[in-house]
Amino acid sequence: MRAHQGSERFVVIAILLLVTAIGAVVIATGMGYIEISALEVLRIIAARLSGSESLLNGLDPVWPMVVMDVRLPRILTAVIVGGGLAVSGTIFQGILLNPLADPYTLGISAGAAFGAALALLADIAFLGSYSVPIFAFAGAVGTLIVVLHLSSFDGQMSANTLILSGVIVGAILAAGLSFIKYMADEQVAVIIFWLMGSFASKTWPEVWLVFWCVLAGVGVAIYYGRDLNIMSLGQRSSDSLGVDTARVRKILLVTASLLAAACVSVSGIIGFIGLIVPHLMRFLVGPDNRKLLLVSMLAGAVLLLAADTLSRAVLPAEVPVGVLTALIGGPFFCYIFRKRQMGVGRG
Amino acid sequence: MAEGFVLDRTSFAYGVKQAVSNVSLQLSPGKLYGLVGPNGCGKSTLLDLLIANREPQTGTVRYQGRSLNGFSRRDLAREVALVPQDFGISFAFTVLEVVLMGRHPYIPRFGAPTAEDYQRATMAMDELGIGGFKDRYVPELSGGEKQRVVVARALAQDTRVLLLDEATSNLDIQHTLEIFQVCRKRVAEEGRTVVAVVHNLDLAAAYCDELVFMKDGAIHCAGPKDEVLTAENIRAVFGVEARVEFDDFCGASQVSFKY
Repeated sequence: MRAHQGSERFVVIAILLLVTAIGAVVIATGMGYIEISALEVLRIIAARLSGSESLLNGLDPVWPMVVMDVRLPRILTAVIVGGGLAVSGTIFQGILLNPLADPYTLGISAGAAFGAALALLADIAFLGSYSVPIFAFAGAVGTLIVVLHLSSFDGQMSANTLILSGVIVGAILAAGLSFIKYMADEQVAVIIFWLMGSFASKTWPEVWLVFWCVLAGVGVAIYYGRDLNIMSLGQRSSDSLGVDTARVRKILLVTASLLAAACVSVSGIIGFIGLIVPHLMRFLVGPDNRKLLLVSMLAGAVLLLAADTLSRAVLPAEVPVGVLTALIGGPFFCYIFRKRQMGVGRG
Repeated sequence: MAEGFVLDRTSFAYGVKQAVSNVSLQLSPGKLYGLVGPNGCGKSTLLDLLIANREPQTGTVRYQGRSLNGFSRRDLAREVALVPQDFGISFAFTVLEVVLMGRHPYIPRFGAPTAEDYQRATMAMDELGIGGFKDRYVPELSGGEKQRVVVARALAQDTRVLLLDEATSNLDIQHTLEIFQVCRKRVAEEGRTVVAVVHNLDLAAAYCDELVFMKDGAIHCAGPKDEVLTAENIRAVFGVEARVEFDDFCGASQVSFKY
């Protein structure tokens, strides 16, 4: 640990994570009610990519459909959302200079939940199956605008004002959500199910949508990675080192929030990935955000896929993945919190 | 072309509270300036104006004959460095990593630090005697050690102007003298400018070339230290009785107070 966190260590960890992620996707795709071996999964994917049907000889004709149309969209959505939430959390922790910040610190989750619940309650269907995600996204973006507006009165958007604004707006929206649930009668189960997060019945268009959003977000974050490092010295110092702190902070806040909003609107509210993964990775590769963003993305992808696969294919009944991540993440969070209080480690 | 900084009737207020009012001042290369005055008299704000963290509401701040508006943040960061009063760092960067951050304005966005960047960082760490723990994590250091790390970062920035905002407030006497000697050397041998907020008038008398006395946001008096470091000025600015005498042992004027 103490030996300087050189590039070698980072490269090894990044490659290990990448290999794990790819391996996990293949293995998870084979798991489920119909067991398919990793090799056959690869054959089916290769056949679909290359268009040569001969690769499918001797396989059950249902399998390609199971792999390509049922399992892979769900699995890839979990991977992308996991990566996106972890990157968003890394950015929030870096900007707010608070290791306990996460993608939902500014009330993004409350806004998305409110929007989705509204769509579900009113049974809005004029946008087809995208109604709920679009309402969730709109709710999240609306919340972001209000929070940024609330906290920009001093022109500086200090971490404390941002967090406080997020808490206030989140509390109001939570009350609104409770009221919607109260009004919802038999619809309440649907709302609660959405809130707890799920990757069930995801489709390719959703995969691509969230893929492009996350790719853009990660690109912006890595572009400003070094500025984010310098900003951990505090605004006066980072300004004097040539970073336009106020501007970079605003860009990154919006980026991280939109990233979280995109993830939440396809998957519901999945907690703890965005909080714990950056922590865990900071222990491994140190606080340099350029490295941290990349390995957090990979680790978030692996972890959320593992949680979703556990829920889908291992447990006897499907547990909402948001519940699972909280059940696993909560105790772990207690552990790092405790460790922090004792003031050890690099996290 | 005017060298160094020229402030012309510069004012800045936080809301209704006037922090710097109508300040006209010239800061020339090759001199060590001491900025003295009671708490809250606008010293830090004046430094913020020099480094363009704040923009003057009236009047101008010019550097090398150009208005500070004409400099990009990055260009200015190659000319002026700041050692701030508070120097907390929230994440576990190592000493070397933090000192290398001083090279930020020279490294292209996707570039890696060059050999020269490492050399500058190493030199700065050696000058301040912190090279021995370059791989330790900054949050684990003592207050005084952290402060030397921040000064080293500013030295690594290799600027013509260095602003110190109470850079020695957490340091013992040995390290305080060390930092002032490093500054003195850079001023005398390399013609750089240092502007230091100093609370200890004896230190100001020993190391500064010129002193600027501030009170209530305005300049009470400014000039060569032997002319302005007088009992009258100290009484007028700080409201205490003092005696200023040349001390052979220190080789400088020293101030004693009536307790």
